[in-house]
Amino acid sequence: MAVIKKKKKRAAPGISTASLPDIVFMLLFFFMVATTMREVELKVQVPASSLPEATEIKKLEKKSLVSYIYVGKPKPAFQAMYGSEPRIQINASFADVNDIREYIIAEREERDEDEIPYMTTSLKVHEDTKMGIVTDIKQELRKASALKINYSARERESEL
Amino acid sequence: MPRRETPEINGGSMADIAFLLLIFFLVTTTMNVDTGIARKLPPMPDEEQLEKQEDVKIKERNLFVVLINKNDQLLVEGELMPVRDLKDEAIEFILNENNKKDLPLKEEEYIPELGKTVMVPQGVISLQNDRGTSYGKYIAVQNEIVAAYNEIREDVAYEYFGKSFEDLTEEQEMGIRKLYTQRISEAEPKNIGGK
Repeated sequence: MAVIKKKKKRAAPGISTASLPDIVFMLLFFFMVATTMREVELKVQVPASSLPEATEIKKLEKKSLVSYIYVGKPKPAFQAMYGSEPRIQINASFADVNDIREYIIAEREERDEDEIPYMTTSLKVHEDTKMGIVTDIKQELRKASALKINYSARERESEL
Repeated sequence: MPRRETPEINGGSMADIAFLLLIFFLVTTTMNVDTGIARKLPPMPDEEQLEKQEDVKIKERNLFVVLINKNDQLLVEGELMPVRDLKDEAIEFILNENNKKDLPLKEEEYIPELGKTVMVPQGVISLQNDRGTSYGKYIAVQNEIVAAYNEIREDVAYEYFGKSFEDLTEEQEMGIRKLYTQRISEAEPKNIGGK
């Protein structure tokens, strides 16, 4: 029987680092997919924690068909100009209630005709806002026949 | 002195470290999912319609009036009520199980999806808020009313099909939606409480 004697001391072979780029790319892709970039800079204060709480919430699907309207107090940096009463933000700028119809029409023009009935307007409103301004927005949306709306809300964890 | 080779660092655990990181981020990253209460606004009546149409009269018994004042207090059918009681009250109103005289009328209707004639309650929930009501309260009330409908639909889904409402086919879902249609009317807002 042939006995193969192993050498007692062998230097540990260097481990190939060829797979390191794979790992790094994997991480990179993961974050690319998972990260949602905020498209607009918010000028009003509507952090996610200020959205009202609800239990009957649904996920907002087809993000490309959603138009956003933000309502809240202007951020401190803008308060000198716009005051501290809740204001509407559309796209990247402050807007008036009367601008909503134009915005909806502009949003519609960007989409295909057959997608228009599925378009949704998401209202991201600070929970301390008074209903007056929200009602005005709703009336404008009705006038623009943008009837599908979504009151942005977060999941309620505690009991009422 | 013998020249000793500097030992290479074992890189075998690199993959472990990478996976650990990956799993850590997988667990901690919350995908930014937008959620909210989906609602449909009533279309704006055009002027011709407005002239023709008189106020739609709905019998008192078919109406469930919810008022929210500027101090975020709730008046449900003439009674002060906390939001947490609203759901049960709404369910009682929508179902009218004991066919009470002061709760909504039911009308016979054949629903093909359910394959039989059922008694469809005619109740309408009327929601009125002040311009001074806070948005948070408004959503809380909306949520309770939607919750009432969802609970009823869930029960009915089990009763007819033995399944959860979410697991029904589209047709079955339509049938139940027809039986318990969300009838929520939001009156034109009034500015009673001042600014």
